[in-house]
Amino acid sequence: MTSTNPWSLTISEAHNLLINKKLSSVELTQSVLKRIEDTEEKLNAFVTITSEYAMESAKHADKIIAQGKSSLLTGIPFQAKDNICTSGIRTTCSSRMLEDFIPSYDATAITNLKNLGAVLVGKGNLDEFAMGSSTENSAFYPTKNPYDIKRVPGGSSGGPAAAVSAQQCLFSIGSDTGGSVRQPASFCGVVGLKPTYGRISRYGLVAFASSLDQIGPLTRNVRDSALVLQAIAGHDKMDSTSNSEPVPDYSSNINGDIKGLRIGVPKEYFVDGMDAEVKDTVMSAIGTLEDLGASVAETSLPHTSHALAVYYIIAPAEASSNLSRYDGVKFGYSHAESTNVWEALEKTRQHGFGPEVKRRILLGTYALSAGYYDAYYLKAQKVRSLIRQDFDKAFKDFDLLITPSTPTIAFLIGEKMSDPVQMYLNDIFTIPANIAGIPAISVPSGLIKGMPIGIQFMGPYHSEEILLKTSNAYEKSTHHSLLAPLI
Amino acid sequence: MNLSNKQVKHIASLAKIGMTDEELKLIGEQLSQILEQFQSLSSLETENVKVTAHPTGLNTVLRHDKVKKQGTKSDHLRNVPRLEGDFVRVRPVIE
Repeated sequence: MTSTNPWSLTISEAHNLLINKKLSSVELTQSVLKRIEDTEEKLNAFVTITSEYAMESAKHADKIIAQGKSSLLTGIPFQAKDNICTSGIRTTCSSRMLEDFIPSYDATAITNLKNLGAVLVGKGNLDEFAMGSSTENSAFYPTKNPYDIKRVPGGSSGGPAAAVSAQQCLFSIGSDTGGSVRQPASFCGVVGLKPTYGRISRYGLVAFASSLDQIGPLTRNVRDSALVLQAIAGHDKMDSTSNSEPVPDYSSNINGDIKGLRIGVPKEYFVDGMDAEVKDTVMSAIGTLEDLGASVAETSLPHTSHALAVYYIIAPAEASSNLSRYDGVKFGYSHAESTNVWEALEKTRQHGFGPEVKRRILLGTYALSAGYYDAYYLKAQKVRSLIRQDFDKAFKDFDLLITPSTPTIAFLIGEKMSDPVQMYLNDIFTIPANIAGIPAISVPSGLIKGMPIGIQFMGPYHSEEILLKTSNAYEKSTHHSLLAPLI
Repeated sequence: MNLSNKQVKHIASLAKIGMTDEELKLIGEQLSQILEQFQSLSSLETENVKVTAHPTGLNTVLRHDKVKKQGTKSDHLRNVPRLEGDFVRVRPVIE
């Protein structure tokens, strides 16, 4: 055993101890499960804790390590957001609709992690069906921010972000449709990566908005983010939208310097109403990047102000179609007292879905309905092209862009629940990357009033290597990722 | 952009979501408020702009439709809310 608490290790640190036989996966997993036990009552970051399953997996991982066949993730305890299917383990999407749903198969991302011997310790809480920015829309309970339990962890991957921040697991995988990995990562002081659309298979990720959804890692530092991405990226014949580009070795280049890198600052991301301190954080990060040899200049993404409207038409439209499968017949909640088929359908969906999910289904149904399709859905798809073109133009002059991840620090629980529009505004800086399908990462950039905040880098398609290298250079010169909450 | 109660009722019936009168009223107000935010799009000239349905411009991907065994019968049936033997019980469609 080591002198530090095993649960506080990063993936790379734990891996070194595991292969040098200074720590076993069983000891590491026991330590992580104890950490969960000690902190979970305050945080509610998990929907399901898979203690027995984790211990079995850890024993298996120790055998692989003993045979000298270990990979970087063998024996490493992780969490998965509860909208990512796990065979034989309840996958609820934090919804009453799927409260008792047990998938018969693993998501491809889970299969890949299992094949490498990673150890699943549980499933992370989320806003119901990943719809929300605070995890308050979970049908079970809200997750709390480990830096201040009166505040939200962000969302929809609030459980994963809180769990990684509070060191209840060494990494987690979430999903990002409009910022659901990056926004909570910013609020909880961890690294959150949304890769290029299609970089990671969506097979087994419960569908929300299929043209926007992407799985992404949440980790304590940038190197770990590269390691997890490496493990789960790649083409999958079970997801025809997954990308067949070869997967580079993301961590091999991570320590390279960023001299001569051209970084753009889109002026539209510095909006009225954002915290002055958030702006200061970005300015300070720009100074750091210049010191490291990057050249930074202002640029423009003129259609940015329309991104929120585009998102809140396209995402609900796709969701209204994807969520039509919840009919209470083959799986999921079913309203018991109904006698006829239509009443059963309406009652099942009335009682199985929470308010935000219903709001989005109705919004999407409206945007797709006769007479409104052209004015809303078609228009939004056209403006989506304009937003993509903005990025294409900017990436002719710049290798990547820097922006704040969020306009503010984590807000108080309950503060924005009664006003959907205010809640939606949380995602204004993260949504454009999903609309364009480009990769983006949120990296910790310090504390404001004791709460974490992140900066975001966005790059062209398949620029994950440059995003990770730049984030790593920034992280190494600031050490913000070494911060941890006192919980 | 104010949605009438009748419009909201119609949308809810298309989406097959049951709603109480109170819920209809609240969601009508909220949807109207959200739709208000979308009005900015109408100011953009998009006559000659092509739609983006998919961010990476992928075309239809085809594969052979091969049968592969996955899980057991009980794996698949355990999630069925109303089961009778090995059959999924549905409610009467025709009265």
